Amino acid sequence: MKKYSNSNFWGLLLAFPFIFFYVLFLLYPTIYTLLFSFTDSPLIGWGKWVGLENYFKLLNDKLFLKSLKNTFVFVFWTVVPNTLIGLMCAMMINRLKNPYIAAFLLACFFIPHILPVTVVTQVWSWMLSKQYGIIQEFLEFLGYAKIAFFKKKQFAMPAVAIVTIWWTVGFNILLFIAGLKSINPEIYEASDLDGANSWAKFRYITWPLIWPITALVLTLQLIFQLKIFDQMYLLTAGGPFNSTLVVLQLVYKQGFQMNRGGYASAIAMVLFLIIIVVSIMQYYVLRDKEKDK
Amino acid sequence: MTKKITISWTVLTILSLIVALIFMFPLYWAAVTSLKQETEVIDPNWSIFPRILSLAAYLDVLTKSAIGTWYINSIATSIGITLLVILISMPCGYALSQIDFVGRKIILLAVVVSIMVPGTALVIALFVLISDFNMINTWSGVILPQVLSPVCVIVYKQFFDQVPKELREASIIDGATEFQILIKVYMPLNWGITTALALVTFIGAWNNFFWPFIMTTKAEMFTVPVAITSVSDAYGIFLARDMAVAILAALPVTAFFLIFQKRVTQAIMLTSGIKG
Repeated sequence: MKKYSNSNFWGLLLAFPFIFFYVLFLLYPTIYTLLFSFTDSPLIGWGKWVGLENYFKLLNDKLFLKSLKNTFVFVFWTVVPNTLIGLMCAMMINRLKNPYIAAFLLACFFIPHILPVTVVTQVWSWMLSKQYGIIQEFLEFLGYAKIAFFKKKQFAMPAVAIVTIWWTVGFNILLFIAGLKSINPEIYEASDLDGANSWAKFRYITWPLIWPITALVLTLQLIFQLKIFDQMYLLTAGGPFNSTLVVLQLVYKQGFQMNRGGYASAIAMVLFLIIIVVSIMQYYVLRDKEKDK
Repeated sequence: MTKKITISWTVLTILSLIVALIFMFPLYWAAVTSLKQETEVIDPNWSIFPRILSLAAYLDVLTKSAIGTWYINSIATSIGITLLVILISMPCGYALSQIDFVGRKIILLAVVVSIMVPGTALVIALFVLISDFNMINTWSGVILPQVLSPVCVIVYKQFFDQVPKELREASIIDGATEFQILIKVYMPLNWGITTALALVTFIGAWNNFFWPFIMTTKAEMFTVPVAITSVSDAYGIFLARDMAVAILAALPVTAFFLIFQKRVTQAIMLTSGIKG
């Protein structure tokens, strides 16, 4: 890096637009949310300082604890299945000899990922619609009664999870294919000579070599799914009986619908901290991956 | 032996094609539904292909809803976000990569740390800020919460790091300023990455539901993704029409993806931490 006579001037000037937006739309809102969470403010305007009271209230707020539990249940239904399905599809596509068919399949799996969430929820509301949904016809064909997927407690969460996996699995497939392509084919050829079967090849070659990508996908998924709001709000609106109410929706509900800005900020801070902790975890996992190389 | 292998590859290919077709079925079904007449859609004797191909649902959407306005809102905000993201990320990435200035290390650290910050958790503060600016129900209100992209800064920095140092030194000897070096040397050398980042930013902005949902309350300010849910709420349940709206909302991004598939996938891998 060569020293240039006006380097301080130019460096700060060129970085300034980003720093300006950084301070205004990230630093300031973070500090604002933190301070707001120590007050009993409405959505607009400051209330009085109440210290940690909001946080103590959270500990006894059944709805908050439920939203936290629901968020983790959603994470449970999505993160690992989405990663494993992604890996399976990637291995399937990677095995195809014909590059055009492989590209076509990848495009098929990837297209849902580039759709707006509302398109995804509209399409699946129609697929699963109790009255006319084609999935209901399929259930009837199998001899089951019709199911109102988003209105039944036991089905709502898994149904949203399935829609989410359909929407986002293409992203995981893309990352896994990049990982699988980087495995040297000579390793498989050598194992052929040793008479290894498919399972042994997967267990002792593919899985350990693909693990860094798996770790990346898992942590990206975890961070992404913890922030769940859109699909859940659009498909179930948190119902039935708050059984799919997630943390971010509770922030929205407390802040915008019940006008409790301070309390909503306290809930938001909890989510904020959970995601920061997970991100730091991710940082260490990925740093170890770099070391392994 | 060879023959056995050929057969199993064919079987595998066919099986994977079947899996992909099942996977694509919801989109096929949405498209087919949008091309049916409303009466056929709710007919219990459903058919896998429309008995009568009908554009009635599309005409209905185009003439009776404000979809033109929603499209303009979506296009304006998505272009605004894309331009701002590129315009503020590229110079910052350049400064962090090439210039040794006061505060460089701390700014780099701040950028890296901010990748972790979940913007949606700041929704209360950002809403208050935007409403302090009197920007609720404006394009700016939708745009501003989405312009900060630390990942883009990092990607630019990584690519600028790889540009040979001789180019920069030669320009300095020629008396070029840092700004000129960025515009005349570094930017043209990295058009590919700018295109890729612009494409994913545009797709992400077009698809974003959360921020326009929070920042707009008037139907005439909705973006397409927010508006399509309001169509079924406000105008009663018409399934063919709902699917037509969904297809119209999906078209621009799908077209973008199919045309620029390589660039889009490259950018997605870059921004998620795998070097493409």
